[in-house]
Amino acid sequence: MPEITMAEALNRALWDELAADPRVLVFGEDVGRAGGIFGITAGLQEEFGEHRVFDTPSAEAGIAGMCVGLALAGWRPVAEMQFDGFSYPALDQVIGHVAKYRNRTRGRVPMPVTIRIPSFSGNRGKEHHAESPETYYAHTAGLKVVVPSSALDAYRLLRRSIADPDPVVFLEPKSRYASAEEGELVLEGPGLCEARVVREGDACALVAYGTMVERCLEAATTLAAEGIECRVLDLRSLVPLDVDALVASVRATGRAVVVHEAPRTLGFGAEVVARIVEGAFEDLRAPVERVTGYDVPYPPASLEERYRPSVERIAAAVRRVVGR
Amino acid sequence: MLQLVTPDGSAVGDTEVGLGAEELCELLRLMVLARRLDRECMALQREGELTVYPPFEGQEAAQIGSAFALGPGDFAFPTFRELAAALVRGVDPVEYLRYHRGTWHGAPYDPTAHGFAPICVPLATQLPHAAGWALGAKLDGKAACALAYFGEGAASEGDFHEAANIAAVLGLPVVFLCQTNGWAITVPLSGQAAAPIVWRAEGYGFPGVLVDGNDVLAVYAATRAAAERARAGGGPTLIEALTYRIGPHHTADDPSRYRDEAEVERWRARDPIARFRIFLLRTGVLDQDDVAALEAEAERAVADIRAELTAIGPPPADELFGFAFERAPRTLEAQRREALGDA
Repeated sequence: MPEITMAEALNRALWDELAADPRVLVFGEDVGRAGGIFGITAGLQEEFGEHRVFDTPSAEAGIAGMCVGLALAGWRPVAEMQFDGFSYPALDQVIGHVAKYRNRTRGRVPMPVTIRIPSFSGNRGKEHHAESPETYYAHTAGLKVVVPSSALDAYRLLRRSIADPDPVVFLEPKSRYASAEEGELVLEGPGLCEARVVREGDACALVAYGTMVERCLEAATTLAAEGIECRVLDLRSLVPLDVDALVASVRATGRAVVVHEAPRTLGFGAEVVARIVEGAFEDLRAPVERVTGYDVPYPPASLEERYRPSVERIAAAVRRVVGR
Repeated sequence: MLQLVTPDGSAVGDTEVGLGAEELCELLRLMVLARRLDRECMALQREGELTVYPPFEGQEAAQIGSAFALGPGDFAFPTFRELAAALVRGVDPVEYLRYHRGTWHGAPYDPTAHGFAPICVPLATQLPHAAGWALGAKLDGKAACALAYFGEGAASEGDFHEAANIAAVLGLPVVFLCQTNGWAITVPLSGQAAAPIVWRAEGYGFPGVLVDGNDVLAVYAATRAAAERARAGGGPTLIEALTYRIGPHHTADDPSRYRDEAEVERWRARDPIARFRIFLLRTGVLDQDDVAALEAEAERAVADIRAELTAIGPPPADELFGFAFERAPRTLEAQRREALGDA
């Protein structure tokens, strides 16, 4: 079986969508000639030409605004924002227009736009390079928000995001770009709005997405040695949220710990916990816990691991929830 | 400054801009209709039939002269004050005014059928859309251009800069049309820009043209030249049309609190419709009876628009959920059932 990294899988997804649909365009800062600063668009311009894969001026609002105009002209734009912390100039266009244009035109002008944003922490980066912006997008009506956690699934999710008729903000866990997985890249598998159970267990549900799925799996391994079997649920897409799978996982275990890097207050975990309470309250045998980043700006590299949910913090939360 | 007809209706040099008598009359007809409709909309708002309305009185030549230079394959990107341009593009005024009646946002009309993008209230955000559409047209190999409307207030926004620079760097067919109308709500032009807006074109590396925005022939000629250049692959142009917002910013604004009535009177003397009417009468393109007929026609048309518009009731409640997504999340379906009670 070949082993493939998430970066390679994402590159292949872009390649295959460019090949499958002649209306797909890929653009952003440094994505053309250089192939992207993380190499995600490497080789695409050579293969598909400068008219379909190209560099833009350093203008994030302009890039997002161009997506609207290109969609209006019948194209299927896939734009890259270079980093989470540099994507905020585009928020005005994304919130004001990308998310609303279909509604504003009574469905006459769809927005099959994908905005890829290398996001989250773990790269020992400078400030503004490790932000978790998912709540801004998930709270904006009209957008879908997708976060892959593994290489093979990243391929599937990116292809489905590009092919989706609605705008998708695709948050790539950049600290996972180098993570490798064995297997073939296939489109078949869970759809855009389906969470997936990546580890079975009956003691507690660990609910996560993106970078934190791997951490939860590590915590589950640690806990298994103590006789605590955790079920790990990878949400994959925050909007649409697979509430049925979430509720089913909590019902099966009676306990839940929700994990994300973003600051706690109004982090996406708040929505997850609310859904658990609405859908599985009577099945809960313990209060739900959140293990998250703190309500402070993301710290410098030397303090990064004090901020990110660690395997030990996750495991400790599970022990509290199961009463051990 | 490009001017072909002076405020008193006299010709400045050669006024031949490639329009026949019928098209010249059409320009006047559109301006007369637009003004009559604009005044009716002010009245309709006062009567409670429209939500807040932004009048464009004084800017008829800037809007109609520019939109008239477009072809059917071109695309206009309006602000929230471009009803006159919408008329030129064949947008049904009743459909357009559903926006101000509060029955839908953005584009109650079909944008692609008319090459007229949704009404855009956030300043300058439509300009990157114009650049994107122009890139799409260029990639499709179409000889078409985008006409992007904005004002001097919007020219202070970053989106103006990003769109202008992107259009220049990528060589996109965009005509940026700044209607400098003197006031951004309460802030005068001097509070927005320390130098003429048109100078900025040089910094981006494309031509800038200053026109008398109350001279419909000058605006038409400048836009037509810029559009032809854009369609032929020559890239963007910035046109600054000097005009004036005779009325309030919108119906919730009272300009007497911040500007001198004498200034308004000076601009009334530069009225775009009066001067063009005199010009057409003098050149014999039409006579007084023709003018009276145009005015009577506008009166009838506006009465019909009023009747149709005021008969429009609120949209059905399910439109709340009808258009946000093509493939709506299941969680939204649940909210729809909750709101509409049709589980």
